[in-house]
Amino acid sequence: MITAVEPVDRTAIAVRAQALGKRYRNKWALRECTFDLPAGRVAALVGANGAGKTTLMTVLAGLLDADEGSAGATGRVAFVSQEKPVYRHFSAADMLRLGAHLNVVWDEARARRWLARFEIPLDKACGKLSGGQQAQVAFALAIGSRPSVLMLDEPLANLDPLARREVTAELLSEVDETGMTVLLSTHVVAELAGVADYLLLLAHGRLLAGGDLDELLGRHVSYTGPRSDVPPALGDVVEARHTGNQSTFLVELPEGQPRPVVAGQWTERPLTLEDYVLAQLEATRKGARA
Amino acid sequence: MEFRIDRSSGLPAYLQLVRQVREALRLGWLGPGDRLPTVRDVVARSGVNANTVLKAYRELELSGLVEARQGSGTFIKAGLGSTDPEVMAALRARLAEWVREAREAGLDIEDIDALVRSVLAADEDGNQITAGDGVAVL
Repeated sequence: MITAVEPVDRTAIAVRAQALGKRYRNKWALRECTFDLPAGRVAALVGANGAGKTTLMTVLAGLLDADEGSAGATGRVAFVSQEKPVYRHFSAADMLRLGAHLNVVWDEARARRWLARFEIPLDKACGKLSGGQQAQVAFALAIGSRPSVLMLDEPLANLDPLARREVTAELLSEVDETGMTVLLSTHVVAELAGVADYLLLLAHGRLLAGGDLDELLGRHVSYTGPRSDVPPALGDVVEARHTGNQSTFLVELPEGQPRPVVAGQWTERPLTLEDYVLAQLEATRKGARA
Repeated sequence: MEFRIDRSSGLPAYLQLVRQVREALRLGWLGPGDRLPTVRDVVARSGVNANTVLKAYRELELSGLVEARQGSGTFIKAGLGSTDPEVMAALRARLAEWVREAREAGLDIEDIDALVRSVLAADEDGNQITAGDGVAVL
């Protein structure tokens, strides 16, 4: 394969949710969730505990029925739940045989390559493998099924920092080679820069923000300057902090307008993904945006 | 060359890659004719999303620094720092003189840094209309 600088087709939609809702008894776990995830993207699904991330993935994967709205994914979907399920008495080799039987499309070489990459013994019962190794077996199975859409619920949890980095790099290589779309939920927001290129932010079962990561972050600025009730530029104030004689504003700039120039005593700073996510979640907790 | 992403930086990942290529050019690690690593290599080695690498390479191509050759990769087209070496030396000498003056006036490195930044920012504001979107590298 060669490297060519050419535009990626962003027109095809890989995952679509329309006014999606899911209820457990009387409580809505997910409500009015609408988004289109373009094909070939690596999307991060982020939100506080209980925000509805697992519910959303489970519904999108077709393992749970929605109570309202609709959800769909194009092509084959593979889903690895948070528990990274493997059969305790099966060896990794047995799991691969199972994968070959259960999947319509099966790429044995790809699954084996993943296991070899992470030095997982093929003949040992999964129950005797460490939690991290069991996760690798579950990933290998998902990768081997050659999905068009791969959904991973907290794939990086229970992995040490080195393994997190290696799994991420391996996963991104698979994306590059196969063109699959990835949706992964995670709490490790600080590690997503350069990894995810699309963000879905959930709070209290509702989609707070969704879209291209660079665009989302590019529309937000943090201003720090002298104590003031209003920010130095027009836009929606996501967060305002005041201490002594200093004020800090996190502002969402209006769409489609040139970036305002602020002068004088104000300094502006681009946002990191973590700044953005924390401010958004904080704002919903206070009910400021309700 | 090896790319790295500073995850604590607010600079978008693709612009970090763009900046690293420019830096490598400036420092002479990369020169005209050199090939940039393939997208696949960057993805595997640096754990960066392929879309991010493509976006960075596209940005570099738009600014005329690299060219994509069908089937063989992305190559450095032009060098940076095409400024006359004599002019560079003269500018440097005047800056050194200015720094000495600032030191004598009692400014420390942080003071000098803040002063330079504020002048650069003011200059940038003045030039904003001509500067294109997304090329402003912080």
